[in-house]
Amino acid sequence: MPLLLNEEQTMLRDSARGFIGDKAPVSHFRQLRDSKDATGFSRDYWRAFSEMGFAGLLVPEAFGGSGLGAVEAGVVMEEIGRTLMPSPFFSTAVLGVSALNRGSDAQKAEYLTKIANGALLAALAIDEGAKHRPLQTAMKAARSGNGFKLNGAKAFVVDGHTADLLIVAARSAGAPGERDGLTLFLVDPKAKGIALERTAMVDSHNAARVTFENVEVTADSVLGDVDQGGALLDSVLNIGRGAVAAEMVGLSDEVFGRTVTYLKERKQFGKLIGEFQALQHRAAHLYTEIEVTRAAVLKALQLIDDGAPTAPAAIAVAKAKAGTTATLAVQEGVQMHGGMGMTDQFDIGFFMKRARVCQELLGDSNYHADQLARLKNY
Amino acid sequence: MSDLDQFRSETRAWLKANCPPEMRRPMSSDEDTFWGGRHAKYSSEPQRIWFERMRDKGWTVPHWPKEYGGGGLDGEQTKILRQEMAAISARLPLVSFGISMLGPALLKYGTDAQKQEHLPKIAAGLIRWCQGYSEPNAGSDLASLQTRAESDGDDYLITGQKIWTSYANYADWIFCLVRTDASGKKHDGISFILFDMASKGVSTKPILLISGKSPFCETFFDNVRVPKSHVLGTVDRGWDVAKYLLQHERAMISGMGERGAGRPLGQVAADSIGADEQGRLDDAMLRGQIANFEVDEAALACAAERAVDLAKAGQAHPAFSSAMKYYGTELNKRRHEILMSSGGIDALEWESQRSHEGARPRAWLRTKANSIEGGTSEVMLGIVAKRILDLPGA
Ligand SMILES: Cc1cc2nc3c(=O)[nH]c(=O)nc-3n(C[C@H](O)[C@H](O)[C@H](O)COP(=O)(O)OP(=O)(O)OC[C@H]3O[C@@H](n4cnc5c(N)ncnc54)[C@H](O)[C@@H]3O)c2cc1C
Repeated sequence: MPLLLNEEQTMLRDSARGFIGDKAPVSHFRQLRDSKDATGFSRDYWRAFSEMGFAGLLVPEAFGGSGLGAVEAGVVMEEIGRTLMPSPFFSTAVLGVSALNRGSDAQKAEYLTKIANGALLAALAIDEGAKHRPLQTAMKAARSGNGFKLNGAKAFVVDGHTADLLIVAARSAGAPGERDGLTLFLVDPKAKGIALERTAMVDSHNAARVTFENVEVTADSVLGDVDQGGALLDSVLNIGRGAVAAEMVGLSDEVFGRTVTYLKERKQFGKLIGEFQALQHRAAHLYTEIEVTRAAVLKALQLIDDGAPTAPAAIAVAKAKAGTTATLAVQEGVQMHGGMGMTDQFDIGFFMKRARVCQELLGDSNYHADQLARLKNY
Repeated sequence: MSDLDQFRSETRAWLKANCPPEMRRPMSSDEDTFWGGRHAKYSSEPQRIWFERMRDKGWTVPHWPKEYGGGGLDGEQTKILRQEMAAISARLPLVSFGISMLGPALLKYGTDAQKQEHLPKIAAGLIRWCQGYSEPNAGSDLASLQTRAESDGDDYLITGQKIWTSYANYADWIFCLVRTDASGKKHDGISFILFDMASKGVSTKPILLISGKSPFCETFFDNVRVPKSHVLGTVDRGWDVAKYLLQHERAMISGMGERGAGRPLGQVAADSIGADEQGRLDDAMLRGQIANFEVDEAALACAAERAVDLAKAGQAHPAFSSAMKYYGTELNKRRHEILMSSGGIDALEWESQRSHEGARPRAWLRTKANSIEGGTSEVMLGIVAKRILDLPGA
């Protein structure tokens, strides 16, 4: 398969770009931030976005979606990265749907249609410590009657405070660090014993801390097989990582574009600053990094859709690479804008903050380089 | 089964039956490469067998038309052949500047007669070519070249000096940039001309490199008589041909790092350094460097694949090969730094049979030229800045 978007994917990109650029440019994000909006995104836009089929992108057609794949999710994420549009697309349409797609028929029937039409929001609760370490999950799921009792705490639950459904990774057996013994649960955030706190993050996007105290869930709420959640979680996390990597390509490209424009406008010493070779070479270097990253991310997403055995390594490459490239892009963006880049009034800083969050989200560059080394046995 | 699937399985079977096992190992040194030419030497019998079989199939230049000794494969088939060769680590049967540089320029700018004359000989490895671009005072600023071609009836008389001419002392013919008109702007008045290195007035003098080898020469022309019909493209418009050829040269150089072939670098390192109790390379900092390197290398391989796909779809920027050249060569230097670290003391050995006469350190030193030859990294970045990013200033 060529490493290019095909015609349908290009059309999807254009329509996502059209909607997002029109309704949710960076000023939309700024306004939500400044008003400390309680939801953190526009429900109206989410409804409109859903009507255009974006919420159901990964939902099978049988449940009212369009049954598309990781490449298409990446296409939309890249556009979201360009304007930092706050939306539950990642938490619900990517992570939530990928998880539910591996569920029972009854679970699919209950949730997927509602997600596709924009009525239900989901959030994935995995991380517990400061860094993304899914195998270190300590949260307990103790058998209790027919079901389980959940105890523990989750942090950095993206869009957790608006979710109608939490997908929670817990340990039904084994010890932190082990792969076996993980189980995923579908939990109602309003269930007794759940405390939810919205955490305001550096990037002003949504996340929450959630604590579980003797939360009772039934056996029906298990997603996949008990103790065997590791593989399911991997597949969900991998598509999520690919999606975040695509978002980072979008934000890197956007910051870079704005920076190159600035190099052509700003004059110092009687010259356009873009005439200085020191800056030209750094810009050209950044360009190659972004192009190389774009290819790696598209490749990883294509391999996921192919179900290729090489997909996990490709995802590790894509997420690691996208993280370092985005970091470089935002740092150079701020630096080359000089004092302007440091002002809140200017948008560049937003991208820097978002890039920092995307780095941590589902594993930073170090984590993924380490994964690659493990996969290659050294 | 689709046609392409069938092509793949036939190709796989053919390679399996025809590629000698000795040709499925990474090359240990430059001498392992078969360059062809009038004085061609095979380093081994399997090398000869492998070359002849591939030549007979047209697979020294699989994507060239059959009438010129090529394989007549389309883009998809060529990609499949390359993938199948990589899968068994098959070596290239013939490496030549004729294939990777001059050939594409001949195909685009050559007259029928020029194509008939030169392409089949390149495909069959009969003539070895060298590149006469650089001069002592025209390196990065190539268009400042001074070598003159004076008109003398149907011929030119060529006088001047070239430098850094790789393998000029082994080459049969040279493709050369000469000044046919000194009156206008420096990019105008350059012509691209082909001639036999055995012509009267041509002499070469090898230059020793830091790797202890001398793969290139100073090359001198003293009233060398060359028919005007040997100009490729239009007289005085040789810069267009030169630039087109450079795109191919840069693409070739950027791909030189045998990416993805062989064992993962981390395992190579573990062979000499060992692993800790958890099976991880017993040098945490080096392991991290290697992992970061492998991330970049894998990403670059994707970019190279995408560059081909973009070109096929007619969406490639003509200057993109400069970006790839820059990135690929910087990465290849990093690879060899890591190989040196991984080898430790063993990698320092210079003259011994055990070290294949210092193959590793010599290769390491050789890679330092990657970011110089074919245009330096600084020049590549300048091209990207101006031609792709459209940044201002001369
Ligand atoms: C191994 C090897 C093989 C080669 N083979 C051949 C061959 O077969 N045929 C052939 O014709 N040539 C060949 N070359 C020559 C090669 O193309 C030149 O060395 C190269 O173009 C650089 O020119 P130079 O050596 O004169 O360096 P210079 O141009 O003098 O450059 C010196 C330094 O200045 C920097 N510099 C120059 N201009 C700029 C600028 N505008 N902005 C910023 N920095 C700049 C360069 O990047 C470099 O770091 C070969 C070189 C090597 C090392």
